[in-house]
Amino acid sequence: MIQLRHVSKRFPDGYMALNNIDLTIDTGEMVFVTGHSGAGKSTLLKLIATIERPTSGSITINGQNIAQIKPAALPFLRRKIGFVFQDHKLLFDRTVFDNVLLPLQISGFDQNTAASRIRAALDKVGLLGKENVLPITLSGGEQQRLCIARAVVHRPAILIADEPTGNLDSAYARDIMAMFFSFHQVGVTVLIATHDASLLEDNRHRVIALRQGKLQNDQSMA
Amino acid sequence: MIRAWLNQHWYAFTLTIKRLLSTPVTNLLSILVMGIAISLPAGIFTLMENLHTISGQISISPQISLFLKQHATQDDIDLIRAKLEEDKLVTGYQFVSKDQALYQLQLDNGLTEAVHNLAYNPLPDAFVVDTQDVSVDVIDQLRTDMQTWPAIEHAQFDSAWAKRLEALTNFGRMLVFVLLTLLSIAIIAVMFNTIRLQILTRQIEIEVSKLIGATDAFIRRPFLYFGALQGFAGGITAWLIITFVLQILNDELQAIVGLYAMNLHLHTIGYGDTISLLLFTTCLGWLGARASVASHLWQIEPR
Repeated sequence: MIQLRHVSKRFPDGYMALNNIDLTIDTGEMVFVTGHSGAGKSTLLKLIATIERPTSGSITINGQNIAQIKPAALPFLRRKIGFVFQDHKLLFDRTVFDNVLLPLQISGFDQNTAASRIRAALDKVGLLGKENVLPITLSGGEQQRLCIARAVVHRPAILIADEPTGNLDSAYARDIMAMFFSFHQVGVTVLIATHDASLLEDNRHRVIALRQGKLQNDQSMA
Repeated sequence: MIRAWLNQHWYAFTLTIKRLLSTPVTNLLSILVMGIAISLPAGIFTLMENLHTISGQISISPQISLFLKQHATQDDIDLIRAKLEEDKLVTGYQFVSKDQALYQLQLDNGLTEAVHNLAYNPLPDAFVVDTQDVSVDVIDQLRTDMQTWPAIEHAQFDSAWAKRLEALTNFGRMLVFVLLTLLSIAIIAVMFNTIRLQILTRQIEIEVSKLIGATDAFIRRPFLYFGALQGFAGGITAWLIITFVLQILNDELQAIVGLYAMNLHLHTIGYGDTISLLLFTTCLGWLGARASVASHLWQIEPR
């Protein structure tokens, strides 16, 4: 369970990205965060992923207040979360296989376990035949799927995606969304930021709307 | 937990080997630079070790020669003998009578003919005195004392030779120390810069790793391995250079000492010194990398 209490984030230049947010997300829930660019979507996700720290307020994940944790403990928290970055952040000098390997190396998996997990993750996103190619040869949609494979290979309980369908045409976008639904179905808590309204049509999940750093609307569409 | 830690180290190690092999020419050149730099002080050190061994063979234990006056009597000889027995600095002595000395001269130099033609024995009685291995100054003082003993014509101690050797050894030691210090700093600086460039080219990798939960130690590790491994390779290069150069010098030396019917041989670095050398260069590489990582990694923080 993720709980935010009176969370604000002010950047060093004075820009108020989030202003007094109260929010509770249950374990296994699937939540969409919407709003115009600059509304604070990315900041909200980064706070939950412990990439950014709040200026004030508390963020609790499974009973642990991550706003007060020591910097040295942060890496271990981040390992429990899978993050699909808006700008992919793929390593272009490594093969597809080695890109997905990175989180497992960080956690200290042995070669054999790692290899079978990587194949499982690549299979899930439909990249199994491309283990040994370099990411630069992949299409935009394939790069996005590689990014998802890297985010889920260590089997995190929380999966966070920042604009995962950003530059994709609608067919690809539906593909990607289907993947997130399947992770949600096996019990993973999924948070997705998007400004793409078309994704939210025929959507039966909770949508949180942000506007200029404030919680504008929080509706369960069930 | 320990298994995960070992896996992480194995990963860092293999990654480092891959990086070393990915730019072989650049890395070979820096290893060569390091090897040449460190072979200079280490080579001089090895030569000095050889000098020490050789001077040991020649017998460096201090000796004073006492030459008695021509007219010295048996009583004078007994008196000197008694004085030598008393002196604490004297560890032993040998009396060489003038007859013995003349006989020895005939044997050694084949001067039988010339000696037979002498009207009388021109050689003096003599004592060869071994002293404790104390400083040159103390022995020189002892020699001066002996000079005043009765019936002593001349007391001789080749202090100049011993002093020169001592000064030379000190000079060599200082030279090794200065060279070692300067070149060590140079190697650390080179490694510092190498790692700085590596960090710059791997900025994205470092950032992504931090974002998905890598600890600082995890990110540091490949760079430290890189520094240590290059240092180790530099040490091996230095060892090869020294061994090779000594081999060449040995061949030349044999040509020279062969003429004097002497048996001198330059020894290469011993096992202990080899291990010290490799440890030292490995530490230098590691230190340079550590300093570089400490001053550059914090600049790469995910935003």
